[in-house]
Amino acid sequence: MTAYAVEAHDLVKTYPKGVRALDGLSATVAPGEVFGLLGPNGAGKTTAVKILTTLARPDAGTATVAGHDVRREPDRVRRVIGVVAQRTTADPAATGRENLMLQGRLHGLPGGALRTRVAELLERFGLADVAGRAVRTYSGGLQRRLDVALGLVHRPRVLFLDEPTTGLDPEARAAMWQEIGALAAGEGLTILLTTHYLEEADRLADRLAIVDKGRIVVAGTPEELKGELRGDAVHIELQARPDEAAQRLIRAAFDRVPGARDIQLDGPRLSARADDGPAVVPGALAALDQAGVAVQTVTVARPSLDDVYLRYAGRRFAEADTPEPVGAVVGGAR
Amino acid sequence: MSAVMADTWWMTQRRLRAFVRQPAFLIITLVQPAIWLFLFGSLFRRVVELPGFGATSYLDYLVPGVVVMNAVSSNMWAGMGTMEEIERGTLNRFLTTPVRRGAIMNANVAEQALSTTIQSSIIVLLGWWGGAHYPGGLAGVAILVVASILLGTVFGAFSNTIGMLVRQRETIIGVNTFLLLPLTFLSTVFMAVELMPGWIQAAASVNPVDWAVRVGRTALSADPDWGLVATRGGWLLALAVATVLLSTRTFRTYQKSV
Repeated sequence: MTAYAVEAHDLVKTYPKGVRALDGLSATVAPGEVFGLLGPNGAGKTTAVKILTTLARPDAGTATVAGHDVRREPDRVRRVIGVVAQRTTADPAATGRENLMLQGRLHGLPGGALRTRVAELLERFGLADVAGRAVRTYSGGLQRRLDVALGLVHRPRVLFLDEPTTGLDPEARAAMWQEIGALAAGEGLTILLTTHYLEEADRLADRLAIVDKGRIVVAGTPEELKGELRGDAVHIELQARPDEAAQRLIRAAFDRVPGARDIQLDGPRLSARADDGPAVVPGALAALDQAGVAVQTVTVARPSLDDVYLRYAGRRFAEADTPEPVGAVVGGAR
Repeated sequence: MSAVMADTWWMTQRRLRAFVRQPAFLIITLVQPAIWLFLFGSLFRRVVELPGFGATSYLDYLVPGVVVMNAVSSNMWAGMGTMEEIERGTLNRFLTTPVRRGAIMNANVAEQALSTTIQSSIIVLLGWWGGAHYPGGLAGVAILVVASILLGTVFGAFSNTIGMLVRQRETIIGVNTFLLLPLTFLSTVFMAVELMPGWIQAAASVNPVDWAVRVGRTALSADPDWGLVATRGGWLLALAVATVLLSTRTFRTYQKSV
């Protein structure tokens, strides 16, 4: 047994048509930890979960879950993991209770203990009133809670949550966050969650890793990651995406702004860091004015995960998430 | 082995529950064979008068044909359900549990066998109610039902294979529409073999639909040809095993493609 609940080394997975979903992904998750894999759609998060939950086999690399090798002992891994997939996977024709009972049966739980466990989960996830109704009549939020309950029937040691709140309305999302937080705190469960919501990763994960193009670009606690970006973030939204000549002008102008560093230009968005954010704003605006660049908005903020993402993946999260051309990066230490 | 049996039981129970819970669906699936029975039964009533047909009542002749035709047409949609479970992710959820992989396939076959048994029995009863005679008695009916189960298994497994491979509704619909009528008419479902053109006789001899209908028809007769039951029945069984193996193989391929 290794000390880690999840350990992945250099996982590589290429799908037919040459799509390289994972390109040497490595990560470790300590027991009892909530670990977040944060990245845009298509970064390889779901593929990583598929490999760790024994659904897919890696082309190269090794991984263990609760000390069991996912390739050599898939059955042992399956006994100790719970999996909540991106979309609801419950049988819509069966009732909530029947879905839970079947899941327990497939894990080999005996009838009496299983009935008790199912009643407990139905109560806990607020599903007791709808337990006898077919799942197809459930709302999105109810289905999602049932999905999580399905992942917990057999009291797994490691729970995988693949995009647990995608497609939920804000209210249901907040409820799900609370539930995940309680799971982690109450039962010493190890949770590996994937998300493309920065806020979700920031809020739920004890530690997180940023995934980009099939590999992990940086890992740490949210505070560590944000702390590495010293000082405040100054974001300036320009009225237009600057051309190359304008970019050079902006860069030259900013080099003369005292206190500003790590200047990055990503499309029409200009970011810089400063120990004292508000103090550099007047100088920055004057410099831009001099360069003849019109400004739309200016914000000064404490570093966010979005800033972390920008720094390590070289582009803004929202842009990585949609297939847009990657913006230029100008100057600054990378 | 007991783990496989237990898992098979739980997975089959799940499917049967969905089946029993929609009695309307069961009845609707029977409307079509009932129409065939009485429509073709009336339309072709007088073909028995053709010299050499060899039967006295066309309804007697037709019942095993409709039982077999129904076994084909209801089981050939099995792939749709399998495909839906793949698309919804339900199958993948099962695959992340320790469930025996064989049990998932077993449950498909078991559920199809049971629903085919119920439907075939109802068609036999409908025919009897309409005036058909079964001199072969209960043993004959049982053999007809078994033949329909085997044939249903062939088409169910085949449909599942296509569902897992292609994962396109249109393909399943296309293949089924393409297959059902030729397979039915290139057999003795409606017409005695002696009255068929030579090339159709040749086609019928390699058509599993024909094997099943001949097995059922002779078993229902007063003087069954047990040699024919054994040979055609054996071929059906072999083909059923082969198609189930094929679908199991495809299932393994699917698991590798996830």
